[in-house]
Amino acid sequence: MSTKDDAAIISNPVEESLQEWEEQHLAESLRRMPESRDEFTTVSLKPIKRLYTPADIEGIDYDRDIGYPGAPPYTRGIHPTGYRARPWTMRQFAGFGSAFDTNRRFKYLLEHGQTGLSTAFDLPTLMGYDSDHPISEGEVGKCGVAISSREDMEVLFGGIPLDQVTTSMTINAPASMIFAFFLAAAERQGVKLRDIGGTLQNDILKEYIAQKEWIYPPRPAMRLITDTFRFCADKMPKWNSISISGYHIREAGATAAQELAFTLRDGIEYIEYGIRAGLDVDQFAPRLSFFFNAHNDFFEEIAKYRAARRIWYRVMKERFKAVNPKSWQMRFHTQTAGVSLTVQQPINNIIRVAIQALAGVIGGTQSLHCDGYDEALALPTERAALIALRTQQIIAHETGVTNTVDPLGGSYFIEKLTTELEEEAWEYFHKIDAMGGMVEAIEAGFPQKEIQESAYQYQRAVERGEKVIVGVNEYEMETSELGEPNILQIDETVAQLQMERLSELRNRRDGKAVQAALDALCRGAEDPQVNTMPLLIDCARADCTLGEMCDALRPVFGEYQEPDF
Amino acid sequence: MATSCFSFSTNCLLPTANLTIGRAVTLYFQLLTFNFLLIMSEAKIRVLLAKPGLDGHDRGVKVIARALRDSGMEVIYTGLRQTPEQIATAALQEDVQIVGLSILSGAHMTIFPRVLELMREKGMDDVVLFGGGIIPEDDIPKLKLHGVGEIFLPGTSTDEIIKYIRENVKPRD
Repeated sequence: MSTKDDAAIISNPVEESLQEWEEQHLAESLRRMPESRDEFTTVSLKPIKRLYTPADIEGIDYDRDIGYPGAPPYTRGIHPTGYRARPWTMRQFAGFGSAFDTNRRFKYLLEHGQTGLSTAFDLPTLMGYDSDHPISEGEVGKCGVAISSREDMEVLFGGIPLDQVTTSMTINAPASMIFAFFLAAAERQGVKLRDIGGTLQNDILKEYIAQKEWIYPPRPAMRLITDTFRFCADKMPKWNSISISGYHIREAGATAAQELAFTLRDGIEYIEYGIRAGLDVDQFAPRLSFFFNAHNDFFEEIAKYRAARRIWYRVMKERFKAVNPKSWQMRFHTQTAGVSLTVQQPINNIIRVAIQALAGVIGGTQSLHCDGYDEALALPTERAALIALRTQQIIAHETGVTNTVDPLGGSYFIEKLTTELEEEAWEYFHKIDAMGGMVEAIEAGFPQKEIQESAYQYQRAVERGEKVIVGVNEYEMETSELGEPNILQIDETVAQLQMERLSELRNRRDGKAVQAALDALCRGAEDPQVNTMPLLIDCARADCTLGEMCDALRPVFGEYQEPDF
Repeated sequence: MATSCFSFSTNCLLPTANLTIGRAVTLYFQLLTFNFLLIMSEAKIRVLLAKPGLDGHDRGVKVIARALRDSGMEVIYTGLRQTPEQIATAALQEDVQIVGLSILSGAHMTIFPRVLELMREKGMDDVVLFGGGIIPEDDIPKLKLHGVGEIFLPGTSTDEIIKYIRENVKPRD
């Protein structure tokens, strides 16, 4: 039977037989054994029906709304063969201590079968401060690796050929400065720009919305981003110039629908700013990538990824009139939900992570990070990171879920949920468009307030016992055999080492060249026609530090102060 | 506290103008009401919540701020990236009875002792410091030795935090 015949069958109305079933079977069952709750909801508190039937997908047209993998509207995936040619990229996020420490962890993960790298930076780096700045005290190397200079970056990727391993860097406010260090380090390795593959997160909008690691106000920050779009479009065909991230939006408390809506609306904003900066949409849109959360609600998450691809296709085709199919295809990375991990009985987190990761895979992710089971306590130990990698390998090689493309496609429930999530996203798009765009919505605190409200409602649902968290509000244990893992400790010797290295660098480098490069950067930043990216690379080559580059632009761009929402 | 006393006393004085019963009785009831409301307003605990360091993850602190407010406390939230000096100064100026720090970045062993030291320097010996976040269990006894009242880990219910605050704030004269 062809798929078209299947579509004909599933779109038949079943109202009569459904009514019959309700009267003959359901009513009696409910009398004998009432359901345990009045309402069943997802982790996003979205109501879910008892049963989904062909009646729920009557308005869905197979060719228009579902289609085939590798073809519009890409609901079923962007590759015609799914994971049958090769599985997703196993990209474990790693970074702690000094560049030396993280370089060792990178090599450890690569030795054990990881296929791509992903770098976590510490908070001073994320905020554009050097390790020796007073504000960095106590934070150097704590929640990621400390990178203050081109030399730190060279140590980080020492012995790792950057034209062979793809690299992702989770950096936003100072993304273009860190990218400049990375490119200067690659240059020292003798690698050509066109051969480097990887991703710069570079997504400042979700920082204002959720993660809150910012430096400059939204508008100049958007200019730095469009400068990287142009630079990458011209010189780096294998590089993703941005990873538009819903992950942090979800972690901050958003529902699945809000994660989907705000992330894709951020994507629309980046496209609009790129076009306004004079770029042709098909020139840079193919290198935009996305990043989603994988939370506990298995089906809702799968529907979210499928909806995301379909919405993006429609946005790119209809709103932006893109003609390159690469511009229509949403590629995304997935990370399991850090916020779902529990301190109580932490070994249980391995199970949560496996189920979340499975949702990401069935949803068709291009790359995946599994959280370490100990991450509600600290950064993952080597053992926790290895188990997380093994979780991916078990899904890829043992479960059989990679045998067929989009295995849940055609499920009444999944198709209905996909469509509902898409509708919720369009509603948010209309609201945000009416405000003038995402930058304006952020300035008005709109997505921030929506997320805060959802976070609070979820917390209340947990405290009322409507949402059960195993080991937290049910099945609790006083002292747990399932607890107390060893913890990765980062001590203050990392900060000490960074201070010594930076002080030595500042003494050794050519001070005049540093000043000249920073002056040129400032002059370029003042002229919106100038691309700041090559100027930043010159700064990196001259051994300007991260803090110096960021500080140089503060008087030109200003600093962001969050209004009180 | 001054603000709430003022608003209560204004409200309870207003009806007296319209009363026809004896002045003494009115005053008696008025004073009774006033005293009762004063006690009520004194029961309104003042809390400072702060996000020190560079960490921007404020989901938890915002949920807790709202839960404490809903339970009837006066909550002052500092916003992000406050230095220990700013936090101690805000605690003094706002005349709070308890200070809560939210730290998810791993900088807790540096920040908690520093805030405590500054609070003591400013004479806030009766102000309790507590906190929460991503904090390894082994560090909790060390922080308590420094004088931190309690550390709440992920998964703590807001009721538990409300109960802790009610039981541990020092009464004011």
